Amino acid sequence: MIAELGLVALWLAASLAALQLVTGALAQQVGGDELAVLTRPAAIVQGLLAAFAFLMLLVVFGQTDLSVKLVAMNSHSEKPLIFKLSGAFGNHEGSMLLWVTIMALAGAMIAAIEHRLPEKTMLATLAAQAFVGLGFYAFLLFSSNPFERLPTPALQGQGLNPLLQDIGLVFHPPTLYVGYVGLSVAFSFAVGALVTRQVTPDFARIMRPWVLGAWIFLTLGITAGSYWAYYELGWGGWWFWDPVENASLMPWLAATALLHSASVLAARDALRAWTIMLGVVAFSMSMVGTFLVRSGILTSVHAFAVDPERGTFILALLAINIGGALLLFALRAGTVAEGKRFSVLSREGALVFNNVMLSAVLGIVLLGTLYPLVTEAFNVRVSVGPPYFNPVSAIFVFPMLAVMAVGPLLRWRQDGMQRIGRPVLIVALVALLVLAGGWTFASIHLLPLLGLAFSAALAIAAFMPLRGRNLRLLPIATWGMVAAHFGIAVALFGMASESAFSKEKLAAIEAGGSADVGPWTVVLTDVVPTAGPNWTALEGQMLASYEGGPPIAIAPQSRNFWAPPQETTESALVTRWNGQLYAVVGRETAEGRWQLRLWWKPFVIFIWLGGALVALGGLLALIGRVLADLKRRTVKARAAERRAESAA
Amino acid sequence: MTGWMKPKHQRLVLIVIALASLVGAGLLAAWALRNQASYFFVPTQMVTAPPAPGQAVRLGGMVQKGSIKTMPDGVTITFLVGDGENTVPVRFSGIVPDLFVEGSGVVAEGRLDPSGTFVADNLLAKHDENYVPRELKDMTDRQKAQIVAETEVGK
Repeated sequence: MIAELGLVALWLAASLAALQLVTGALAQQVGGDELAVLTRPAAIVQGLLAAFAFLMLLVVFGQTDLSVKLVAMNSHSEKPLIFKLSGAFGNHEGSMLLWVTIMALAGAMIAAIEHRLPEKTMLATLAAQAFVGLGFYAFLLFSSNPFERLPTPALQGQGLNPLLQDIGLVFHPPTLYVGYVGLSVAFSFAVGALVTRQVTPDFARIMRPWVLGAWIFLTLGITAGSYWAYYELGWGGWWFWDPVENASLMPWLAATALLHSASVLAARDALRAWTIMLGVVAFSMSMVGTFLVRSGILTSVHAFAVDPERGTFILALLAINIGGALLLFALRAGTVAEGKRFSVLSREGALVFNNVMLSAVLGIVLLGTLYPLVTEAFNVRVSVGPPYFNPVSAIFVFPMLAVMAVGPLLRWRQDGMQRIGRPVLIVALVALLVLAGGWTFASIHLLPLLGLAFSAALAIAAFMPLRGRNLRLLPIATWGMVAAHFGIAVALFGMASESAFSKEKLAAIEAGGSADVGPWTVVLTDVVPTAGPNWTALEGQMLASYEGGPPIAIAPQSRNFWAPPQETTESALVTRWNGQLYAVVGRETAEGRWQLRLWWKPFVIFIWLGGALVALGGLLALIGRVLADLKRRTVKARAAERRAESAA
Repeated sequence: MTGWMKPKHQRLVLIVIALASLVGAGLLAAWALRNQASYFFVPTQMVTAPPAPGQAVRLGGMVQKGSIKTMPDGVTITFLVGDGENTVPVRFSGIVPDLFVEGSGVVAEGRLDPSGTFVADNLLAKHDENYVPRELKDMTDRQKAQIVAETEVGK
């Protein structure tokens, strides 16, 4: 009954999306605005219905209703409730329903609270949102129905991939999806602005908080996903250039470029066509990512479905949405008037440079991700990994970081080198000192060394925009920029340090024996069997001491899940301010020794702290923008009142 | 730029510079991909047309029965990967994946050393029913086809 309720809600939501599309599109015609009043309510009710459908899916998973095919395939009654619920989106159909729900809720939110745009642009935006949404409703209902029943209920479910039975599954997919799918709003705004030819600074100001919101979640989602992979997979790495990771990085790169170009449009009325283009590209990258992940053409922990029909369906959606938007752009971009001009040495100039660099990195990641698919068409199987991605993207990332250090010091429109000469000199000097020091005293590879040098310089440069300003009067959004740029420096430091200074130890030792890694001594006291709700495990009980300090008990496990039968490695971590000890226990050798793998990773957590700081910067910018907008509106309203009074 | 250029050319120049950078990035990527992509080999290819020693490649095949040996350090293993025709010796230091057993498929990432042993940095084994390394799935299909072909020839 509950599954049927969900399905009915989904069908109703889809029909409301159709209504929203028709009324929003008709409103663009002369005399077609009789039904236009229905568009916003349709969007809001559609969002609520989709959310209701998703709630019903959570209920069937919570109850482990084994007559529902999806539950029988992906869940199990002997599983903690939290993983039963999060398991609802740990599969293809459920995650697509989550996608559609977030898309519908994003549309409902703009319909409910965004009243600053010209109404016609707003209606075109909602129509575009409904158009994209409809395609995904069709995908769900016709080829990925999450509520499908089994002819006879299963006796027991097949369980959830044990790698996913982790608290990470509760946070990572929803956060990432809010960011990923939230960018659909930028896409729809861009289409709306193109349809009504309303590409103005006001438009950028209105779109910016929405993009910021999505970008904050995307940043958090990527950061959380990276940490999850780091501790769950037991390989000690934090980024693998896996196609699925790239699929989340590409929209982030595009959205980061979009945020900055929207700033130029809002402040200076330049980069109109480019900003619109990025709005289209950002969400297109989300859809490309969904195609890569959900079509089954890639193999990864994330790829649940291997059904060619689904791949073709998403590819068709992709072609229609992206192709349509780009066609519209090609037709209308010429009519978007050129914006204001600026000198090369200006804040606009720096932002344009970084936009181009971000796009170049985006292109490099996209090509590297698609390359194996292309060669496979010619029967050559390759995989592309760090030897490609690291150096090639670094060629564009480091110049971008250099300009990022200087850009915020520049004035809009035109600036002179003599004005910013001294701060630039200080920043460059710091970078050179670290570079020279690292080169002379430590044999560090080029890329990590550059990373260390740039992170030191950036950390100082991030605070330079505060020079000579009254900190109490500084806009919150400027604090946001400082925090985000400082976060980049922090994350870069963590990445470079992890790469340059990590120590690894692989050893087979008997119970009672010990192994050293970096400043740590780890004693394996015992290996004991232990059990959880749906697994048994061998637990390596260890005492770890840092430079001969007090021992800290850690217990990495090798777990055996029985539904589905699979072994997983549960790493154990000791976090200090200056790094992390990472321990994994392996198999028993023939002579009764145990394999241990230990890493000492100096400052590795700075990677994720930096990511969190970047997201915090986004949040501050969002708060700043919204407050400033509210203030501007109250001032305007008061001025209008006064004018009305004096006229009376 | 305002000094030496007619303002109306600025937009065009910007677009040209941006496009040139992006095309440059694309060409660089294409060049790097040809050089840095890691190619997939089956043992027969590894024997008949081996990659240059030190080049990062992937080797896929079946772990031969009775071939896994553990070195005295307890963490280094050697084994043979075969495809029914040829075998390649592989050495790996580390904790092997959970489903790495004799007679099952494996993909090894690493490089050939001058002596002809494949030194693996990483082993990918079949994880669970829903997650099979792509190359392995294809390979078992092909092996099935091969076995069918061979039995038909034998008839």
